[in-house]
Amino acid sequence: MAYYIVRRLLQAIPVLIGTTFLIYFMVFAMPGNPLLTLFGDRTPPPALLERLEQQYLLDQPFIIQYLNYLGNVVTGNFGISFSGQSVNDILARTFPVTLRLAFLAITIEMVIALSVGLISGLRKGGIFDASALVVSLLLISLPIFVLCFIAQFFFAVQLGWFSPTVGADASIPKLILPAIVLALFVVATAIRLTRASVIETSTADFVRTAYSKGLGRRRVVPVHILRNSLIPVTTQLGADFGLLIVGATVTEGIFNVPGVGNTLYQAIIRGERPTVVSFVTVMVLLYLIVNILIDLIYAVLDPRIRYVK
Amino acid sequence: MSAAVPAGAVPASAPGGPLLEVRNLEVGFRTQGGMVTALNGVSFTIEQGESVAIVGESGSGKSTTAHAIINLLPGSGRITGGQVLFEGRDLATASRQELEEVRGKRIGFVPQDPMSNLNPVWSVGFQVEETIRANGLATGKREVRKKAIEVLQQAGLQDADRRLRQFPHQFSGGMRQRVLIGIGLASSPRLLIADEPTSALDVTVQRRILDHLESLTETVGTSLLFITHDLGLAAERAEKLIVMYKGKIVEAGPSLEILQNPLHPYTQRLIAAAPSLASRRIQASGQHLGSLAHTEAAPASGFDLITAAEERAEQVEAAPREPAVVVENLTKVFKIRSGGFKSVDFTAVDDVSFSIQKGTTTALVGESGSGKSTVAKLLLKLENATSGSISVQGRRIESLRGRELLSLRRAMQPVFQDPYGSLDPLTNIGNTIAEPLKVHKVGDRASRRERVFELLDQVSLPRVIAGRYPNELSGGQRQRVAIARALALKPDIVVLDEAVSALDVLVQAQILRLLAELQGELGLTYLFITHDLAVVRVIADNVCVMQKGRIVEAASTDQVFGSPQEQYTRDLLDAIPGAGIQLGV
Amino acid sequence: MSSDTTIGRKTRSANHYVADVDETPVAEVDAVKLDEKPSNLWRDAWRDLRRRPIFWISGVLILFIAFVALFPGLFTSTPPNSGCLLANSNGGPAPGHPLGFTKQGCDIYSRIIHGTSTSLSVGFIVIALTTVTGVVFGALAGFFGGFLDTVLMRVGDIFFSIPYILAAVVIMSVFSENRNIVVIALAIGVFAWPTTARVLRSEVLRVKNSDFVMAATATGLSKMAILFRHVLPNSIAPVIVVTTLSLGAAITAEATLSFLGVGLPPSEFMSWGNDISQAQRDLRTDPQTLIWPSIALTTTVLSFILLGEALRDALDPKARALR
Repeated sequence: MAYYIVRRLLQAIPVLIGTTFLIYFMVFAMPGNPLLTLFGDRTPPPALLERLEQQYLLDQPFIIQYLNYLGNVVTGNFGISFSGQSVNDILARTFPVTLRLAFLAITIEMVIALSVGLISGLRKGGIFDASALVVSLLLISLPIFVLCFIAQFFFAVQLGWFSPTVGADASIPKLILPAIVLALFVVATAIRLTRASVIETSTADFVRTAYSKGLGRRRVVPVHILRNSLIPVTTQLGADFGLLIVGATVTEGIFNVPGVGNTLYQAIIRGERPTVVSFVTVMVLLYLIVNILIDLIYAVLDPRIRYVK
Repeated sequence: MSAAVPAGAVPASAPGGPLLEVRNLEVGFRTQGGMVTALNGVSFTIEQGESVAIVGESGSGKSTTAHAIINLLPGSGRITGGQVLFEGRDLATASRQELEEVRGKRIGFVPQDPMSNLNPVWSVGFQVEETIRANGLATGKREVRKKAIEVLQQAGLQDADRRLRQFPHQFSGGMRQRVLIGIGLASSPRLLIADEPTSALDVTVQRRILDHLESLTETVGTSLLFITHDLGLAAERAEKLIVMYKGKIVEAGPSLEILQNPLHPYTQRLIAAAPSLASRRIQASGQHLGSLAHTEAAPASGFDLITAAEERAEQVEAAPREPAVVVENLTKVFKIRSGGFKSVDFTAVDDVSFSIQKGTTTALVGESGSGKSTVAKLLLKLENATSGSISVQGRRIESLRGRELLSLRRAMQPVFQDPYGSLDPLTNIGNTIAEPLKVHKVGDRASRRERVFELLDQVSLPRVIAGRYPNELSGGQRQRVAIARALALKPDIVVLDEAVSALDVLVQAQILRLLAELQGELGLTYLFITHDLAVVRVIADNVCVMQKGRIVEAASTDQVFGSPQEQYTRDLLDAIPGAGIQLGV
Repeated sequence: MSSDTTIGRKTRSANHYVADVDETPVAEVDAVKLDEKPSNLWRDAWRDLRRRPIFWISGVLILFIAFVALFPGLFTSTPPNSGCLLANSNGGPAPGHPLGFTKQGCDIYSRIIHGTSTSLSVGFIVIALTTVTGVVFGALAGFFGGFLDTVLMRVGDIFFSIPYILAAVVIMSVFSENRNIVVIALAIGVFAWPTTARVLRSEVLRVKNSDFVMAATATGLSKMAILFRHVLPNSIAPVIVVTTLSLGAAITAEATLSFLGVGLPPSEFMSWGNDISQAQRDLRTDPQTLIWPSIALTTTVLSFILLGEALRDALDPKARALR
């Protein structure tokens, strides 16, 4: 296990270097003064321009600039935003909100995916299965902002069950509607995967053997079928997290949730590109960390990985 | 047997009623094209303490019968008629609860493939303990654990208490099968159903496990229903044989009697084609093949392995003596990544030397992991040797490149094991066979087409299949196509890597016969790689026995079978099923 | 017939039963049985597809959408941008304007019709890019293995580790001046190809270890010929499925970028994402301005998703077992 963790962490190093390099390259390797390009037709406050020049060491060769930037990222210094605030300060304020939202969304997603996927898989070809398929395909096809507006229009405006926007305090009850939207945005693939792996596991030899040992359905389904289906579903969760990040950016923006995604959303809308770059870097880092965590959960779930010498 | 008894009916004989009585059992599978009948009126009985074997080829319904008894048919399978009376209760109509009561406790089940029948995510102890709890064999954490250790020890697993905490993937195939046998016998059931319990294992392991299973069931007095494709194995392990064919019982009765006096033409065919029995017969005759006089009436032509073997032996004796292949001190070392960043050397082939005379067959025999297939790949130059030399028809092959390599390929062609993997599913049969001709730029379009037809004739396939695709053919037919492709360039040497191992016995016999005929006609030299010593007896002139990368014994087939020098060879020979059967040769 | 045997452990009498030979005639061993029509993966897939309503529904929808994209003039004579009257702002349906008007007083129906080609062009350029890059990377990495595989797949990992929409946001931010269809398609495609590469690579790895590849090597066929003649044809099916599904995803991505304001400039291009973005402020009062472009967008994406699903069911034997 220790070997597995170490290897996984070592694998993350080239990816970290590569991703930060790509982001940096995309922004700063363009011809012209990258800072002015960044601001486009806007005029940056002179003080900010000066601090940015300092931050990115623009008088140095490109590789030095990049290494400096990488050093900052690794030490957790994400620079300053357009308004001159330190990105770290903004993160300290917004990150807990996003964490709450993400946790709620993933919980809702897992509950829906596992229960719907399990029932669909066990009753393959039934009415429930067919309806779940139709709804899943529709959900896959709905862009996140359309999903947001549908939810906002029906549940907040028409029915009045929720408030259409979240606002400054971002308590859990207020986060429920955006969390549901976010969960629905990513749940379809998870449902389909759960269903597929339940069907596959149900026909596995060891399931028949479990029945032949005298075990009842009530034991075989959770212990042998669902438990084994968790493995592919968990793996998918890591890939889905990228979708979740994009979804959170739009959802937080539309529902005005004071989180990390909203900050990025506002920065994009207003064209504050230094802030965009900083926050995209933060998100990519988060994505890397979450995927490492998921690989570790995966190892916990699957002894075949855990016990590789 | 009087013809008045309705088909499929075996009258119950023992007083007090049998333990299991299957009456007119019918099973169907629902498919897109409607119901497909898998069992069609199967009837038999098993008495207390009796051992019964069901024998048949794939698709005969033997495994379906086993699954139907405990009502665990896969997928869309349903019992559509008949009764399964176990201790007087009909399991075909029993409720789910009643069935759970019977399964595990009254009827134990040992499945076929040890690799897939234990849940990979739970420890072995967990899976044994849940059986014990479900059947109420012990209560309380400590008691259950104690019983689990006992069960595993009884199944012949060393240091069971330590093993409980391990996971299935840390066990070898044989050990997993012991665990499954332990689980099947945990509650000393009245009946144990063993569905091909050892066909996925090496022969020597198979023998040990079956011996153990037999002694366990005997001490407890458990009846045994044994499902197998191997007639020799069935006859050796069971008192009563049931021969199934296309979902029906064609013959049933005492094992020895059926072997000595098969009445149904299908059974006769099966016996004539079973390699284990054929090799025993040849052995029992104590004579050299060429002069063997045997009295078996060849039932349906083409399946009697002994006839095929005799014909071949005669042809080979007439062949000239010069080496076609000479292998000297061949060694192949693979680097295997182990934990960390180190790699460990694994010697797959270790200082192997042998030679093959032109026009003869040399068999390379060994269990899985013995390195026999690696030798084939080295010889075919699909891999490069670490050291040693290979000469084919007097030419060293190590440094061959370009045109010279092409000419080596032309002289030597392979046939592989897996009939489903050895043909490109998107290339039609004609193009598959013609591909070697195209690569070597032999002839024009029309002449290649003629040659393809000629080759199809040689392997007895109709010419129309040239335009068809592999998925339309059976395993045996695909293997014929693979042979035709190998022969396209008129090679001198054919490397047969487990070429008949995946086939049913009758088809296997047919292909072996074809190979023998082709050898006589075309003067081919074979390197025959197999794990099955019984097949070797009927096809090979010389045998090299491999173990852990080395050749432990090399001699003529008669010598190896008649007076084996090495213990390992003797173990392999003993492991050929049917040792205890006296056959009237 | 009855006899005593001493085989095994006990002595027991048993009957010797033989089935009536006429009732169970012994068939010829391994007789060749052929259906009337030759079959292989592609023919079977086509036969399977033809029977699926989903395939026909999605296929007809896609053809219709493509037709609209190519000839918008056949469906509307109202220009999408000019002739907008603020007097019509957020107005309801009127003669000649079946879906009403946007906030700027432009005809919604005409804007939707003219937005079709934008969505489809972006989608097709993206998949052309991801498929070519993905197939080259995946095929080379899987087939040649070793060091090349490690390098190519590490590069793929890096690109895969940046969610492609986020990457596109950054790229589009940098290209603030000349945003057009090709630029936005590049921005989406540059980070979306590793999925295709991974799918193809794992298929190539599976196929290249088949015995038929070994047999082809043994006949002397060259490596490249084996790759093109045997390996690629047998591993391309999942790529077709992934490509169809990513076409839908690419269209969504373009709309999302336009919605965020880093997509195509609204003054020059019709884009459903832009229109939805413009309409969001009036969600409470005039939902129709938002609903119609949303329906157009979702229907288009859904058509490709459905086609992808139908193809998956027909081409992947494993998916067929799940039905």
